[in-house]
Amino acid sequence: SAVLNVDLQTDAMLQVDISDALSERDKVKFTVHTKSTLPNFKQNEFSVVRQHEEFIWLHDSFVENEEYAGYIIPPAPPRPDFDASREKLQKLGEGEGSMTKEEFTKMKQELEAEYLAIFKKTVAMHEVFLCRVAAHPVLRKDLNFHVFLEYNQDLSVRGKNKKEKLEDFFKNVVKSADGVLVAGVKDVDDFFEHEKTFLLEYHNRVKDASAKSDRMIRSHKNAADDINRIASSLYTLGTQDSTDLCKFFLKVSELFEKTRKIEARIAADEDLKLADLLKYYLRESQAAKDLLYRRSRALVDYENANKALDKARAKNRDVLQAETSQQLCCHKFEKISESAKQELIDFKTRRVAAFRKNLVELAELELKHAKGNLQLLQGCLGILKGNT
Amino acid sequence: MLLVTKKFHNKSEFEFMKLFAARNDSFLSADANVELSTDKSGSSARKEPSGPRHASSFTPSPAAMQPTSLEQVQATAEPNPLKTCENLSTNCVMFLSSLGDGMNAYVAYKVSTRTSLPMFRSKVFSVRRRFSDFLGLYEKLSVKQSLHGCIIPPPPEKSVVGMTKVKVGMDDPSSVEFVERRRAALERYLQRVVSHPSLLQDPDVREFLEREDLPRAVNTQALSGAGFLKMINKASDAVNKMTIKMNESDTWFEDKFQEVENEEQQLRKLHVVVDSLVNHRKELCGNTAVFAKSLAMLGNSEDNTALSRALSQLAEVEDKMEQLHQEQAASDFFIFAELLGDYIRLLGAVRGCFDQRMRAWQRWQEAQSTLQKKREAEAKLLWANKPDKLQQAKEEITEWEARVTQYERDFDRIGMTVRKEVLRFEKEKAKDFKSQIIKYLEAMLQSQQRLIKFWEAFLPEAKAIA
Repeated sequence: SAVLNVDLQTDAMLQVDISDALSERDKVKFTVHTKSTLPNFKQNEFSVVRQHEEFIWLHDSFVENEEYAGYIIPPAPPRPDFDASREKLQKLGEGEGSMTKEEFTKMKQELEAEYLAIFKKTVAMHEVFLCRVAAHPVLRKDLNFHVFLEYNQDLSVRGKNKKEKLEDFFKNVVKSADGVLVAGVKDVDDFFEHEKTFLLEYHNRVKDASAKSDRMIRSHKNAADDINRIASSLYTLGTQDSTDLCKFFLKVSELFEKTRKIEARIAADEDLKLADLLKYYLRESQAAKDLLYRRSRALVDYENANKALDKARAKNRDVLQAETSQQLCCHKFEKISESAKQELIDFKTRRVAAFRKNLVELAELELKHAKGNLQLLQGCLGILKGNT
Repeated sequence: MLLVTKKFHNKSEFEFMKLFAARNDSFLSADANVELSTDKSGSSARKEPSGPRHASSFTPSPAAMQPTSLEQVQATAEPNPLKTCENLSTNCVMFLSSLGDGMNAYVAYKVSTRTSLPMFRSKVFSVRRRFSDFLGLYEKLSVKQSLHGCIIPPPPEKSVVGMTKVKVGMDDPSSVEFVERRRAALERYLQRVVSHPSLLQDPDVREFLEREDLPRAVNTQALSGAGFLKMINKASDAVNKMTIKMNESDTWFEDKFQEVENEEQQLRKLHVVVDSLVNHRKELCGNTAVFAKSLAMLGNSEDNTALSRALSQLAEVEDKMEQLHQEQAASDFFIFAELLGDYIRLLGAVRGCFDQRMRAWQRWQEAQSTLQKKREAEAKLLWANKPDKLQQAKEEITEWEARVTQYERDFDRIGMTVRKEVLRFEKEKAKDFKSQIIKYLEAMLQSQQRLIKFWEAFLPEAKAIA
């Protein structure tokens, strides 16, 4: 799906979407399609092929850019993970001899549908990232972003090697240690103090809810799978003979076949509307926390620069240098604070809107499926009771 | 006498039991009424709410009426209306009490009967029985010659592990579930016994229902769950090892036996999957409860008021879903899984009848060959001219001729009994499966209706987010 972004000031339009995707052995190739009237692009419409690592490169380049310290960097999409699905398909292939042809075909269809669902999800998540960037008034102008969109060769961004991953890990450890330190200092500004308290708690709770929603949905899928096998088993029983009871079994088997499709859909919709929503806001709230951290760091730098200036004035040495440094820190801090405030307000607006949309859709889908189930059951019971 | 009123530490397991019990109008600490009635189409057991009990007709088809030909077997598959006595009703009621303590504790079940059948001493009576008594009843019935060929309902399985846990601490929810499962299984067992026309006439059955102090049953070790099936299978093996192969005049018995074996296999497979469903449903239940709490916490920290409220409402919906899943799991188990378990055991019993017939045939063949040997011996004696031994030989021949006739009659009789029993069984089975599965589906339907209500209530809350 595409998001139309109109820059009211320059009248330039930037529209990004993933128009196609190809799943190969161990990677996914996304076709990133851009429509734009921005002058810096050579054409108005073009496409390139990108892999997951290149999205990560782009995200990291935003994070590392000092200019963007005052913004919530749109969270990077998670790595496409087909391992579990592939393993299941392989196991199915190995176990082909031990089940009937119908069972095998059914299971294969199920697993292929699952694979497809995961595929669609990863495409959606990569697309959301690009759309968020394209919607951001500052980030959309980023040069790396434009290169990402337009350069039709491989960006040659290899994944981080072990050493770099380790460095990242330690950086995060330090950051969280700092985070704890910084979080302890009460902010003068009420707005930021409130946001800090709020985000710390909110992030943890979203994390918890996300993990638990996943477990719940997995159980639901398992139950739906069982109903599938029950349907098959009843079908076998029903085909043994043509007695009344056998006909009964066939009818019930048919019912279970249909209800389990609905149950599987319910699990999938809960996954999409609830679990994915929570996962996304887990990542976004982390990005918001990172922003607060950067602001805190800037504040600490500013306070240190003040102290250095005082010391310089006292010693009457390198005063000008200290003054310049202090002014830079002050400016940086104020710039971050100003944009951070707006970013956090926008974050809330986006969050509320996203939750509203997803919860309404979730409720509507649950209702639709429950009514579908109800109808099936009523219909089947009517026939079964009528015949006995 | 201690009433089992347990403290339920884990609310959800207790709810699991109560929900199922509630739906079937029986509570752990109250009486469960089971009414036995027959209408024109055979005997069935229906559960009635406790309180005013009402009579319905019960027709024991006289065991004395042994059909003498195949046509009559087909005709008497339906209870003959002309054979009904006056309107009667028999009820079987159970509830639990636990006596003793520690490892010597045992659970006593109260078996209550209400009847107007003249062969019983009173109209309403109840007795205390323990699990081994039920096994003992089966033991007695299964060895009776007169009941050979009859499909004698097998009792529920013994479970050393389950029972030990119960003995140690009656408080925990899995014990509660275990005891309720057993109680329900024993009740179904008795229902099947008393709804069998020949078994109801049996004095051991009557004694079981009526007699105050029943002598302790011995030799019930053999009748553990695994033991029961081992017994059946051992018998099958003996039959398979028979050197003389039976020449069936009609293939009905062979075909039917094969059918029964196939069906048993299929039901086993289905049972495994239904068990899996029960477990996954219970898992779903637990995970939903945990998620609901987590969602409530999230709602608490959300600083947009409307969204906060909506999340709390969603948490409540998930809580209600947990309740539904619980009920559904109870339904999966008590209605579906137990039905399958019962019939797997019953089909084993059916196989047992076929084996009994084979052994009767074997006995007849052996008697015939013995008779043949006696005749040959007589012929030899005639030749050898030993008059005193000859007399004995003639006597023996007469004796064995009588036996051969008897065993042939036995074999024919068992054959007809088996046919009749199988027909009756198939009708009962069809009715049982249909009624239970319909009950199961109706429970599912109710679930969906409630689900719809929950989400309909939530939707405006979600839309109100601003």
